[in-house]
Amino acid sequence: MLSLMQEQAEARAGTLDEELLIPIRHEADLLTARQRGRALASSLRFSSSELTLIATAISEVARNILSYAGTGEILLRLARKGSRRGIVVVARDQGPGIADISLAMQDGYSTAGSLGLGLPGAKRLMDEFNIVSEVGEGTAITMSKWEH
Amino acid sequence: MRAPILKQGKYLIGSIQGSLSDADLLALRDELTSTVREQRSSGVVIDVTVLDVLDSFAARTLRTISQMIRLLGAETVIVGIQPEVAVSMVQLGLTIEGAATALDLEEGLALLDARTGRGARRHAR
Repeated sequence: MLSLMQEQAEARAGTLDEELLIPIRHEADLLTARQRGRALASSLRFSSSELTLIATAISEVARNILSYAGTGEILLRLARKGSRRGIVVVARDQGPGIADISLAMQDGYSTAGSLGLGLPGAKRLMDEFNIVSEVGEGTAITMSKWEH
Repeated sequence: MRAPILKQGKYLIGSIQGSLSDADLLALRDELTSTVREQRSSGVVIDVTVLDVLDSFAARTLRTISQMIRLLGAETVIVGIQPEVAVSMVQLGLTIEGAATALDLEEGLALLDARTGRGARRHAR
């Protein structure tokens, strides 16, 4: 169910060649994920501010994996939408899932003692943000940012 | 240590040298608070110039460091937040309230002088 919805979301955003899979198991992997994301996005026409937004959003969704699922992965790839190129970031895990997504997307809501800004914040930093979650199955967040 | 702590008179300077992991940030917090006490420092500057990302954990930790140091009777100034990082922090909804900020190390030290009342003495000299 999760993977089907995810595949559909991915199919809508035509994929270019580059694709990177970064396992998220330890806190050090957050650094790797955001550095790789920034490096990949920097091959497109993004301003340095936009690169920072992308790297920060990746950091937040990767942190979300560590905090709630323990382990998961970040998939980074370049994509094309019409004449615009962009970066698509998928953060997926097989953790406990999110029972109430609208609650999880509220500023300040956290069950992990954090600021509760990670997911709603990441959504504000990116152009598109989609979250699919099944309790007991896991969570998949697909977010993207496009060149102007 | 990716963030060596330098002593300059009554002040400490936490100079971040590269991307910091969460563990590095927490180590900096512990090191700064214990050094403030040992050295009887009245102010701390944390230089984040090299950081290209300040996410929610980093912002929260900087805020926590500042609060802890205030409890020890000293002031903290965060310096060197890059313009891109500021854009990102505002969009994320992050604040580091409680910690003063300044453009760079020089401004940060001047702000500490003003806040700890050393500015007047320095002028009088």
